[in-house]
Amino acid sequence: MAISNKPIVWGPFAAGGTITAFLTPVLVLLTLLAALGHVPDLLAYDRLHALAGHWLAKLAIAGTVFLSLWSTAHRLRITCYDLGVRADTLVATIVYAGALAGTAASVVYLMRI
Amino acid sequence: MSERPVELEVLRYNPETDREPRFQRYSISCPEEWVVLDALNHVKETVDPTLSYRWSCHMAVCGSCGMMVDGEPKLACKTFLRDYPGVIRVEPLAHFPIERDLVTVIDDFMAKLARVKPYLIPKEPAPQDAEYRQTPAELKKFKQFTLCINCMLCYAACPEYGLIPEYIGPAALALAHRYNQDSRDGGRAIRQEEIAAYEGVWECSFVGACSDVCPEHVDPAGAIQQVKIKSTVDWYKKHLMPWTKE
Amino acid sequence: MSRKPYVRPMTSEWILRHSRYVRYMLREFSCLFIGGWTLMLVWGLKQLAEGPAAWAAFLQWLTSPASIVLHLLTLGFASYHSVTWFNLTPKALPLQIGEEFLPDGAIAGAHFAAWAVLSFAILFLAGAF
Repeated sequence: MAISNKPIVWGPFAAGGTITAFLTPVLVLLTLLAALGHVPDLLAYDRLHALAGHWLAKLAIAGTVFLSLWSTAHRLRITCYDLGVRADTLVATIVYAGALAGTAASVVYLMRI
Repeated sequence: MSERPVELEVLRYNPETDREPRFQRYSISCPEEWVVLDALNHVKETVDPTLSYRWSCHMAVCGSCGMMVDGEPKLACKTFLRDYPGVIRVEPLAHFPIERDLVTVIDDFMAKLARVKPYLIPKEPAPQDAEYRQTPAELKKFKQFTLCINCMLCYAACPEYGLIPEYIGPAALALAHRYNQDSRDGGRAIRQEEIAAYEGVWECSFVGACSDVCPEHVDPAGAIQQVKIKSTVDWYKKHLMPWTKE
Repeated sequence: MSRKPYVRPMTSEWILRHSRYVRYMLREFSCLFIGGWTLMLVWGLKQLAEGPAAWAAFLQWLTSPASIVLHLLTLGFASYHSVTWFNLTPKALPLQIGEEFLPDGAIAGAHFAAWAVLSFAILFLAGAF
């Protein structure tokens, strides 16, 4: 038995789980308020565009997107196994690639802001 | 001392005659304060001597009488009949092959337990003519994990062990952690080869069922997460800062 | 005496065997909503980058019934993830001060308090009220 390299995928999962635990509910609340017609000041185009223009904000947003998508991917992978899907390598490839693709997309869009 | 009628629905399996297990109903009368183990003993003594099961201490310290009672992993000596109003379904501990009746094949667990080296590998030899010194704080660090009685209820509760037979499992991992946390021990690197492998802590998805059913409150789930975090920190230190010592 | 151990097959019915397994599955499924909302966020970034008109269209989509339902579900599931995560943190990160370990409630409580403070701060800074 050799020491596994699982920490490569587990580290970001644990970080992502923590970030989403602290941040996601309030962020969902912000977009929910917008959905219900009370658009928070920050979600007005000018303010959000100005905020997202700052390199620090881009870094934070990209980092949050990556960790959120990665922890989602990892949990999905485990859940598939729990539900009896045995093709773990295939599932892992799909979910992690998806997380990386989503992150890449967010980086591309952030660069355009 | 009042008696009440008790209905036991017990899973039977005779490897010499049966192709698969089947349930058998026993109707007996039991004193109010009896546990499931008392009822099984009563059945074996007065109704059906062929019923096979493991038991020993009858006081929840030997870990022999683990079985599924109404689908939950329990120690038969610690499961009170009065808590079960209807028919009580008794089956062998889940996720283990059935040897006969309520007796399971526990070879897998015994092998995995041995693999994690659940004994002191001293950091340094004991002082001449003296004992190892350990502060109360150092003892507290691992005391909780010493309480394991190897009853394997945690293996029956753990869905990952049921799905992934190679998984080392809660009790073995908690016991490895017990020694890793012991200030007298220096064997963590050796144990990491087993518990930080794929079949070690990484198959755990923190369902937490193991800690739920543990009769001794060992909290193997907590132990496993602590090993995961430590293993992760070690891994990143080793690969990102290879010049640092462990 | 011949041995012929019987191996009971493992089907997905284990999930329904006890409420703790159902709750575990709910916790795991929260990732679908958290991930889905994050992908919506990425789409929002795209709209933001394309200009005011695109962003307005995004805000408009947010007001659709489907969006509102998904938001409510996501808020519920994301909160469930947070609650379960913070309650499990003391098990993974026990803190020994002196001889005794800090009670689980203290560690979890500190996380919940930080979560509340952070959330209010963000709502305030975002001009939600």
